[in-house]
Amino acid sequence: MSVWIAVIATGLGCYALKLGGLVTPQRMLDDPRVRRFTELVPVALLTALIAVQALADGKSLEFDAARMAGLGAAVVALLLRAPFLVVLVVAAGVAAGLRLLGQ
Amino acid sequence: MSVAAPGEGARAAAVRDGLGVGVAVGVSGLAFGAAAVTAGLTVAQACALSLLAFTGASQFALAGVIGGGGGLVAGSLGAVLLGGRNALYGMRLARTLGVRGWRRLATAHVVIDETTAVATAQHGRAAARTGFYTTAVSLYLAWNLTTLLGAAGTARLGDPDAVGLDVLGPAAFLALLWPRLTGEKGAGKVAVAAAVIAVAATPVLPPGVPVMLAAVAALPALLARRAAP
Repeated sequence: MSVWIAVIATGLGCYALKLGGLVTPQRMLDDPRVRRFTELVPVALLTALIAVQALADGKSLEFDAARMAGLGAAVVALLLRAPFLVVLVVAAGVAAGLRLLGQ
Repeated sequence: MSVAAPGEGARAAAVRDGLGVGVAVGVSGLAFGAAAVTAGLTVAQACALSLLAFTGASQFALAGVIGGGGGLVAGSLGAVLLGGRNALYGMRLARTLGVRGWRRLATAHVVIDETTAVATAQHGRAAARTGFYTTAVSLYLAWNLTTLLGAAGTARLGDPDAVGLDVLGPAAFLALLWPRLTGEKGAGKVAVAAAVIAVAATPVLPPGVPVMLAAVAALPALLARRAAP
């Protein structure tokens, strides 16, 4: 299989999944418990994504001190009610600064 | 300072969030373009993947498998599996977006982590829709443009991690989730459980599966008794 076929197959597969969720019959969401579940699913998945992006490299867990410090700085900025873009700049800036110092 | 109608203020906030995410996370396209070409994809293949798949984690996964010399069939399957959470997002967003026909076909392509995070962080349906589409358009443009720049300029681009690009993604999701984590009853518990599940499963399951598995952290909501009216 050529790389082009893999690229196109991945694109089609990813699109099919996105569409599949949108066309799911909405009657399924009439039960308040199901609705509460779908409300919480993004919270669960996005938090899991944050944790994996922060702590994992492929299948191995790694503790990157600069990355964790960047995220820690983001938490401090959020606690201080900093605006969204400030949170991002602080997080990336702390991680980049620590890496620069560590070289 | 002029006093805007409540709906106006909410929609302006949604536009701000959407543009912020679109630009900030869109810049990560530089990292993807560079990673894809380093892994052995051509510039055209890297750009096609960003245009067609448009879901970052899946794209990085396929490039990683190709770079590591893994099988293309397994690589594509893994990448698609990694996009499985977009189906769950679609179920959540379908009622909010309320799109039919060709609009639904076009909207489906942009149901991803970032658009869901911005949409679900807004107050009210109109603001959620505004946030969703602002993020979708700005991120699609930025992501594809920076993929091209990253792929074409790999040789000249240093290590994206050196400027902290790897922290932008998790920091953006954290900032968007923050109000729900600190203000919504039960959300904090679900978040902690989901993070523990995903991290614990990472060493033993293929990449992408641990994040999907973390959806079980939301299951207690299904099993609970009907909430009192």
